Amino acid sequence: MEKMKKGVRLEHISKIYQDPKTGKDFYAVRDTSLDIEPGSFVTLLGPSGCGKTTTLRMIAGFESPDEGEIYLGDEPINELTPNKRDTAMVFQSYALLPHYNVFDNVAYGLKLRKIPKDEIRERVMKILDLVELTGMEGRMTNQLSGGQQQRVALARALVIEPSVLLFDEPLSNLDAKLRVSMRTEIRRIQQEVGITAIYVTHDQSEAMALSDKIIIMNKGVVAQMGTPQEIYYHPVNEFVADFIGEANFLKGKMTGKDAGHAVLDIEGNALPVEDNGKMEAGGEYTLVLRPEAASLADEGGLPCEVVLSCFMGSYQNYHVKVGDTLVKLEEHNPKNKHIYAVGDHCSLVFDPRSVHVL
Amino acid sequence: MAKSQGAALDRKKLMADPIMVTTIVLLITFLTLFILYPLAILLVDSFVGDGSFGFSIFKRIFAMPSFTRAITNTLKVGFVVGILSALIGLLFAYVEVYVRMNRFVGGLFKVVSMLPVVSPPFVLSLSMIMLFGKAGIITRFLLHIYDNSVYGYWGIVIVQTLTFFPVCYMMLKGLLKNIDPSLEEAARDMGAGRWKVFADVTLPLLLPGLGNAFLVTFIESIADFANPMIIGGSYDTLATTIYLQITGAYDKAGAAAMAVVLLCITLAMFAVQKYYLEAKTAATLTGKASRGRMLIEDNSVKVPLTIFCALVAAFVILMYICVPIGALFPTWGYKFFPLTGKWFQQVFTRYRGFQAFRDSFVLSFISAPITALLSMIISYLVVKRKFKAKGFIEAVSMLAMAVPGTVLGVGYIRGFSGGLFHSGILQGIYGTGLILVIVFVVRSLPTGTRSGISALRQIDKSIEESAYDMGADSFKVFMTVTLPLIKDSFLSGLVTAFVRSITAISAIILLVTPQYLLITVQINEFAEKGSYSLACAFATILILITYGAVLLMNLFIKHFGTSKQIKED
Repeated sequence: MEKMKKGVRLEHISKIYQDPKTGKDFYAVRDTSLDIEPGSFVTLLGPSGCGKTTTLRMIAGFESPDEGEIYLGDEPINELTPNKRDTAMVFQSYALLPHYNVFDNVAYGLKLRKIPKDEIRERVMKILDLVELTGMEGRMTNQLSGGQQQRVALARALVIEPSVLLFDEPLSNLDAKLRVSMRTEIRRIQQEVGITAIYVTHDQSEAMALSDKIIIMNKGVVAQMGTPQEIYYHPVNEFVADFIGEANFLKGKMTGKDAGHAVLDIEGNALPVEDNGKMEAGGEYTLVLRPEAASLADEGGLPCEVVLSCFMGSYQNYHVKVGDTLVKLEEHNPKNKHIYAVGDHCSLVFDPRSVHVL
Repeated sequence: MAKSQGAALDRKKLMADPIMVTTIVLLITFLTLFILYPLAILLVDSFVGDGSFGFSIFKRIFAMPSFTRAITNTLKVGFVVGILSALIGLLFAYVEVYVRMNRFVGGLFKVVSMLPVVSPPFVLSLSMIMLFGKAGIITRFLLHIYDNSVYGYWGIVIVQTLTFFPVCYMMLKGLLKNIDPSLEEAARDMGAGRWKVFADVTLPLLLPGLGNAFLVTFIESIADFANPMIIGGSYDTLATTIYLQITGAYDKAGAAAMAVVLLCITLAMFAVQKYYLEAKTAATLTGKASRGRMLIEDNSVKVPLTIFCALVAAFVILMYICVPIGALFPTWGYKFFPLTGKWFQQVFTRYRGFQAFRDSFVLSFISAPITALLSMIISYLVVKRKFKAKGFIEAVSMLAMAVPGTVLGVGYIRGFSGGLFHSGILQGIYGTGLILVIVFVVRSLPTGTRSGISALRQIDKSIEESAYDMGADSFKVFMTVTLPLIKDSFLSGLVTAFVRSITAISAIILLVTPQYLLITVQINEFAEKGSYSLACAFATILILITYGAVLLMNLFIKHFGTSKQIKED
């Protein structure tokens, strides 16, 4: 695609809706500013009702922001209708035109742009080749599987060569296996075409697998924006930590410093953790511990009691109690390890570098 | 929180779409001018019609014994007809959904549900007179009763019940099908007998729907003009009283006030029906039955119910058959053989039948596509778009459903005979074919809009959004996506509008001028004069035309329809 790649910028965007039950206004999206770089794949991730789809629909033009301005490249697009915006959307329900066949569905946008017939044919066939649907162009859409329909939807969006591709939970109607293969496919095509893509999902593994950057939204505001690694290893708050992956939270008070480490008092145990630079003695901190980052040993860590021990195949799943706090952990490759039973008293050990302090 | 920017942007986006804006403006103008304005002028006229503002006209009409009697008559008829129709409809629906029927009875049911669609609304009055009147075949020849009178209260009740119960039957059938059989099976399983299950489970679930059917019939009965006209005799209802007030007493202000009274009654009922009962019906009966129902095979239930329904159905069909046959007898009630074609011949030779059919046909043929397209556009705007005036458009087009034809007719007379607000503007359309076409459109618009709305609600919103997103403007989206997807609904709307128009009478009879001959008006005239054979000949040809139109539509949908047979049950 010869076209200049364009980024998307949201400046202090808000959208207000009325609650149909109470009649009260509320912010579906609140004072959100985003800067999406040209050519990058960005995911809006969050629980349902967090404002991610509303944000996407505002970028597409189906909803109008109540505050703020949206830019496509350097051009403000608030006043443009969806048909005038240089974006193309892939819908959750595919939204293929049921009275057209595959070819006509893909060609629809090109016909509207009054492109000569020969060129339409050429471009449609090229895109169908890209999404691996060559030979299917004569089929009606209801003769296609869900995965194929989604490819048509993708082809239809790609063929008009938009500056930005928008995805609204496009894989949520597919079964689990197909979902995994389709997301690899989407990533491959996006990289091949080099287009800017904004992808909405509530599935964190999808977000991880696809994105250059993930934007986590909660209650209408951006909770965190960063690479998958940043978000997973350095969540900014408990919501993000809990939403992406599984997380245990251990509360503790900082008692002092020891050789570059901060020492936290957790349930009466002194525990050295990496100092994030902002910690002060006497402060209360929360430790984020991923289940796969901890293991059980006879001694040398936080004393705990096993309350659940369950074999899951690739790992042994434990729930242990450290004082009053329940900690879940996964001991991977358990075959040659000692398996603790419910009621055992043992020790929770982990590398201080693999925990994150909030 | 200020939503002003979003609203302003929405408005700007709308304005960027000139076709859409023009459409909305034209629609609002049309609805205001031809639905709201005629009703408003009625109000104005009835308060200031005699020069000064006040209730003097109302006082005058309420002092007329004929008017107060008409109110009681109307309500009495409506109430009884509503109850009878709902009950018979329920019985039919129950038998169809719950009881194993043989093929023949099933066929009778189908015909019964079809007949009211294709026949003019007052055909049953004709056959009632011909079967049970003074010269009725059944009364005079079979029972040798020579002085039986069918005119009056019971005549209207019977005829209206038989005309309207199929509507209840179709409504209740849909509801019964949505009852999950497991509910009733659970009750059976816990030891309830069949009657107990019906009384404790089925009936309570159905009650709001039953109320709904009752009110819909009630409104229809109150608004009905032709049946009371033909078979009412001296028993006047509001619709006929208003008609006579205009055509007989030339009291236009009085008629306007009467029309306001009638409108208030129907509007009140419509409000209850629409906003209370319809919501309740939807709340108790949602979703689809999870699986098929075990049909009742028990003969003690099956036989009496089936026989009763079959008899009613056969009777209704007999009444309809009476019409074409009546047109073939040389002299109804006295001389039956040899059958003759002379009435049909006279229709065309002596009574300008050809012109009547041409006028009716052409006017309906013009108004049908306008109605169909208009109702699809309204449905599209209401279901798929958001803009400020949307609520207005939806409300006014639904309002038209609650307006009796007679009221609309009086409104048009008052509203357009002297131009807008008696100023002379637009006076030119009064008395022309144009105003007849407009009346046809307005009268059929609510039905078409309702079916269009329900068809569009089934289409995923994102399909249109995707087209919009691909670069199509509203007009393109409507033409290339919306319309093709609701082709079936559009086609059936087209035919329904045609049939409704060609069989309409209540509003039109007040507005038609001698230069136009309409079939329904002719039938009414001949029936009034007692020339039943001629009325029957006209009616027969009319039924043939409408039936042909419906057949044509079904054929068309079968071959070119988008969603073949998906809509069946």
